[in-house]
Amino acid sequence: MSRTYLPLWITFALVLLMFGAGASQFDGFASLRVVTNLISDNAFLLVTALGMTLVILSGGIDLSVGSVIALSGVAAALLIGPYQWHPLVAFAVILPCAALFGAGMGALIQYYQLQPFIVTLAGMFLARGVATLLSEESVAIEHPFYDAVAEFGLELPDGGWLGATSLLTIALVLLMLVLTHYSRFGSYVYALGGNSQSAQLMGVPVARTTILLYASSSMLAAMAGIIFSFYTYSGYALSAVGVELDAIAAVVIGGTLLTGGSGFIIGTVLGVLLMGLIQTYINFDGSLSSWWSKIVIGGLLFFFIALQKLLSKQWQSKAGGKA
Amino acid sequence: MTNEATILNSTQSDQLKAEQLKAARQARYSPGQSAHQFSLYLYPLLALALLLLVNVLLDPQFFSLQWQDGRLYGPLIDIVNRSAPVALLAIGMSLVIATGGIDLSVGAVMAICGAVCANLLVLGDWSIPAVIGLAVLTGLACGLVNGFMVSYLGIQPIVATLVLMVAGRGVAQLLNQGQIVTFQNPDFAALGSGSFLGLPVPVWLVLLALLIMQLLLKRTALGLFIEAVGCNAKASRYLGIDDRGIKLTVYLLAGGCAALAGIIATADIQGSDANNAGLWLELDAILAVVIGGAALTGGRFSLPRAVIGVLIIQALSTTIVVSGLPAKFNLLIKALVILLVLMLQSELFRNQLKALFSFNKLRGGKA
Repeated sequence: MSRTYLPLWITFALVLLMFGAGASQFDGFASLRVVTNLISDNAFLLVTALGMTLVILSGGIDLSVGSVIALSGVAAALLIGPYQWHPLVAFAVILPCAALFGAGMGALIQYYQLQPFIVTLAGMFLARGVATLLSEESVAIEHPFYDAVAEFGLELPDGGWLGATSLLTIALVLLMLVLTHYSRFGSYVYALGGNSQSAQLMGVPVARTTILLYASSSMLAAMAGIIFSFYTYSGYALSAVGVELDAIAAVVIGGTLLTGGSGFIIGTVLGVLLMGLIQTYINFDGSLSSWWSKIVIGGLLFFFIALQKLLSKQWQSKAGGKA
Repeated sequence: MTNEATILNSTQSDQLKAEQLKAARQARYSPGQSAHQFSLYLYPLLALALLLLVNVLLDPQFFSLQWQDGRLYGPLIDIVNRSAPVALLAIGMSLVIATGGIDLSVGAVMAICGAVCANLLVLGDWSIPAVIGLAVLTGLACGLVNGFMVSYLGIQPIVATLVLMVAGRGVAQLLNQGQIVTFQNPDFAALGSGSFLGLPVPVWLVLLALLIMQLLLKRTALGLFIEAVGCNAKASRYLGIDDRGIKLTVYLLAGGCAALAGIIATADIQGSDANNAGLWLELDAILAVVIGGAALTGGRFSLPRAVIGVLIIQALSTTIVVSGLPAKFNLLIKALVILLVLMLQSELFRNQLKALFSFNKLRGGKA
């Protein structure tokens, strides 16, 4: 087991541990239904976190994703509802627009040397502002296409059901896996996160990569917004507040370093699953009031991060001793 | 020079030493300041002046001040007064950011401290200084948790403070048992809405916090150490600076500032709303610190400039209200102005602007 994969294995072990804890305490926890629900309930967060992983790998951060989710949801709902567009046409317009928005932020970060945290914070206000401007109220979506998508899916044994959005999410995970770990663009991203100056000297097209990076993050967030609209059948300007923090937490729990250059897409998937499992566990328990669930999530977040830190430190000192 | 120095007689060399000492004293490094101070203050102040100008154009009465019942009233006082909680947060946040960290939990800490105040006041048998003291202690304890995680456990600041950001609001709700706890206590309420020597009490609290912090930073080595840790934590450890202790200290101070902000917010509405007290104010505070020209990577900061940043944000909100635009434009305009302020801080953008203007002049000259 090499040191590079260590945080990944630790998170994986923690997912198993959490699942084991749930399965040993509650009937029906260890079923395919719970697993598939885990995926469909967290699909939009997972898709957002994929883009966030890419950005964090490059040493940046994207705080605008939650607002972009809300904006794309509202835009989709308005285009489909009052404007009578076909959903697919609406999506075909929304996704490139989101990519353009992300590219704009990337350009500001790259060419004007502004800090990603602040540029995307401004982007967060901007996207939320545009969403509020479009509609201050929740817009319901009613369209045959949405009903058809809701009915489409893979029936699995043991009560499992993989809906269209879950399948789309899994496909996106595979795509991002290939893009990050087996493509030139992916290695550029890692190089940027390692050291942007040396990356530049090695001939990495820093500007193009940075802009593409933020463009894909925003586009994935818009995709997450569309997935979210399939989940809620509506678009609302004040939805998905704070999702960016969930996504960052998932990425970090998945073992990706916030300083950039080190981490894996699959780690993020595990991170999202772990956070989802915590929520499922609390739901199964049922006796925890809403504030306790917040405290427990915070406590578990701390526990997992501290444990990860401790284990990897111990492992490293052991490996160092042997060498 | 060294040859000359060796042939000087003893009294002359004493004089020289005294002069050198004096020069060294004058050249003493002063943390939180730099050689091009003027330009660092120029752009934030320019942005603030511009916003105030727009306000005056929209509302000619904007600069008017009235003296009523022993205190000043007017739009300007309003802006300063409403800025108070975020200004306190920004003072603490400046120090944290100066060490290269960030504190996302201050909004939640405000909510916790507010809940502590409200519940103690409802119990009734607590004196106000004790309530304030306990609230500040609570804030310091929260800061201690953050600081411990960042400095001794080595957890990345965003994540470490995210823990308290999530859990803290839960703790505040737990204290309030999910209710909005209100209290009747005119003496405590005066902390939020009272006045002293013509100015609102919150403004005095901000000034007091600013003064104490500035003294702490400039008259002790703390400011220098904070900048050193922010520039390079490892190098400063080799120099013998206790970098972990410094980091712990800044999170403690940020927690204390958040507690004060929470006290003001609670006193202002005479109640504690665990869900909404201080919600997203951490983002405003971070924004203010950056608008004030601090680097998020650490090492460069200034408390007065951060407070100017807060005033810019608050003046902007007032401008939007004064301009009569519907409330739904608020966020959009805020985002655009923030982008503009950030761009003005980028040297490339300023040069591009200059080039644009000189190009126009050139064309004008030809025509």
